[in-house]
Amino acid sequence: MNALLQVENLRVEIAARKRRLVAIDDVSFEIAAGEVLGVVGESGAGKSVTGTAVLGLLEAPAVQAGGRILFDGRRIDTLSEEGMRALRGKEIAAVFQDPLTSLDPLMTIGDQLTETMLTHLPMTRAEGEARAGELLAEVGIPAPRERLQAYPHELSGGMRQRVVLALAFCCAPRLIIADEPTTALDVSIQAQILDLLRRMCRERGTAVMLVTHDMGVIAEVADRVAVMYAGRVAEIGPTRQLIAHAAHPYTRGLMASIPSMRRREKELTQIPGAMPRPDAPVAGCAFHPRCPQAFARCAAERPPAFPVGAARVACWLADPAFEGVPA
Amino acid sequence: MSFLLGRLGQTVLVLLVASFVAFALFRYVGDPVNNMVGQAASMADREAVRRALGLDDPMVVQFARFIGNALRGDFGISYRFGQPVAALIGERFPATLELSLISMVIATGLGVPLGVWTALHRGSVLSQVLLAVSLVGVALPTFLIGIALILIFSVGLGWLPSFGRGEVVALGGWTTGLLTVSGLKALVLPSVTLGVFQLALIMRLARAEMLEVMRTDFIRFAKARGLKPRAIEYRHALRNTLLPVITIVGLQFGNVFAFSIIVETVFQWPGLGLLVIQAIQFADVPLLAGYLVLIALCFAVINLAVDLAYVAIDPRVRGSRAAGRAT
Repeated sequence: MNALLQVENLRVEIAARKRRLVAIDDVSFEIAAGEVLGVVGESGAGKSVTGTAVLGLLEAPAVQAGGRILFDGRRIDTLSEEGMRALRGKEIAAVFQDPLTSLDPLMTIGDQLTETMLTHLPMTRAEGEARAGELLAEVGIPAPRERLQAYPHELSGGMRQRVVLALAFCCAPRLIIADEPTTALDVSIQAQILDLLRRMCRERGTAVMLVTHDMGVIAEVADRVAVMYAGRVAEIGPTRQLIAHAAHPYTRGLMASIPSMRRREKELTQIPGAMPRPDAPVAGCAFHPRCPQAFARCAAERPPAFPVGAARVACWLADPAFEGVPA
Repeated sequence: MSFLLGRLGQTVLVLLVASFVAFALFRYVGDPVNNMVGQAASMADREAVRRALGLDDPMVVQFARFIGNALRGDFGISYRFGQPVAALIGERFPATLELSLISMVIATGLGVPLGVWTALHRGSVLSQVLLAVSLVGVALPTFLIGIALILIFSVGLGWLPSFGRGEVVALGGWTTGLLTVSGLKALVLPSVTLGVFQLALIMRLARAEMLEVMRTDFIRFAKARGLKPRAIEYRHALRNTLLPVITIVGLQFGNVFAFSIIVETVFQWPGLGLLVIQAIQFADVPLLAGYLVLIALCFAVINLAVDLAYVAIDPRVRGSRAAGRAT
């Protein structure tokens, strides 16, 4: 598989007072060119940390403690600070959660766009400004040429997230890390922004790592899904297969907890218990204390990723050698 | 524009209140008639003086007269010196203004760069040393610094004068010590003494603000855009840091100007502080009233200047020109 992004056995540790907490452990996945990989999980599952690690923006006390990250076949987690900087914004761009705070309040949006392009692309200031106007038009901002002179506070939240998208796309990156890009927006605007993101990626063949806790968003946009739990990938595979035949009990729990308009429910379904925190890790499979199907082995040994159809599932139930729960 | 008019209105109000306090001094700090007539004066004589001075008019009329006179720069005759208050203050004003201005230029010119540098090189030894020294600068009383400097540079090394303004040049009604060598030499010790505390304060504030800004989302997004560290630190972070720093610099300039009394006493600086000390000792009410109004005016002018600086730097204060049509 000629993947655009390959993450292999990534491990991120956080230096706490005496010991080192493991935020992410043994996370592996690939994203092909033009593919949308959704990354879901509860808060604290390690979704954002994974995205941050790919961008090379981990900051102390968090450090990459193991594994490799390859972009276009080239290892990038060992690049120099300057080498990684040149890649960021140009080949790998980012969209963060809160559009209200992602833009410098003291600089016009035209200047922020031009500044980004002049950093990465060989063009003159005049060319940059002209391109900035085109970009604003492409992300659907009315009267784009006048809007170049606007400051962030003069635009609404949805407009600002469009500007952030323009900034992400301005150097034609091949991968975008979108970390909860619609969470902070009004529900009515979420769909618009998601639509825009999907359309622009499809037109340009841009791959996306879409970090979200919203299964609805994943179902709508993602080609494949990685379900993260307690810093590990529980299950990864094609979106359709995961929705229809989730193999991991946690994924099934997630699917069951999506409220449906068709089913009339008195109460929302939820997975009892809480995810273990990095400072209190659980032996064996991290999900076993909450798992309805757990058996002795789950508490003793951590399951490796077993292939199930086109998916990989880290669960003893998916072990081909599994022959029912021993009595 | 309406913002500025509003501020101007507030300024006028502040000045009126300050003038009223100054005016009230006349009424409550002893009876001015008693100070003027001898012990032997009869009640009739006293009444005559009272009427001649207009002191039997209603309070409002008297206050209106006070304001009218103040607007023409007339604060009456000093009890102690027998000269017009305006002339006395005018004579001393340049000395204090030059002293406080130079000390603030030193404090800001060194404090902001040092604060920014220590914020960007947080771990370095020099940064730790600077922080420790700045704490000493905040803690040491001003008069002690002044005396120590005199001991070292005047008594010990004999490089700089320990008192007075040196030679001054008269430019119209303004006497300046900035144009002669001895005037400049005389300025060094008092302005440094006055500026040490401010330097330490501004440096610590600039450092704290810079650290705060470097943690914001838009700086993180600027990193994700792959901007060069220099652009992130100076074009984005520093500009956002300056806003609160400007406010404090303005306030502190007013403080330095109004409370230069200690430094002027230590260095026998012929400024307003020294004049006011004498005025207080002799209950020289007209002089005190004039001084009070002048200080209020200075604070008002500085605050207005700070507001103008905000308008120049922060587009959010400018009010949104395009926003009305944008959303």
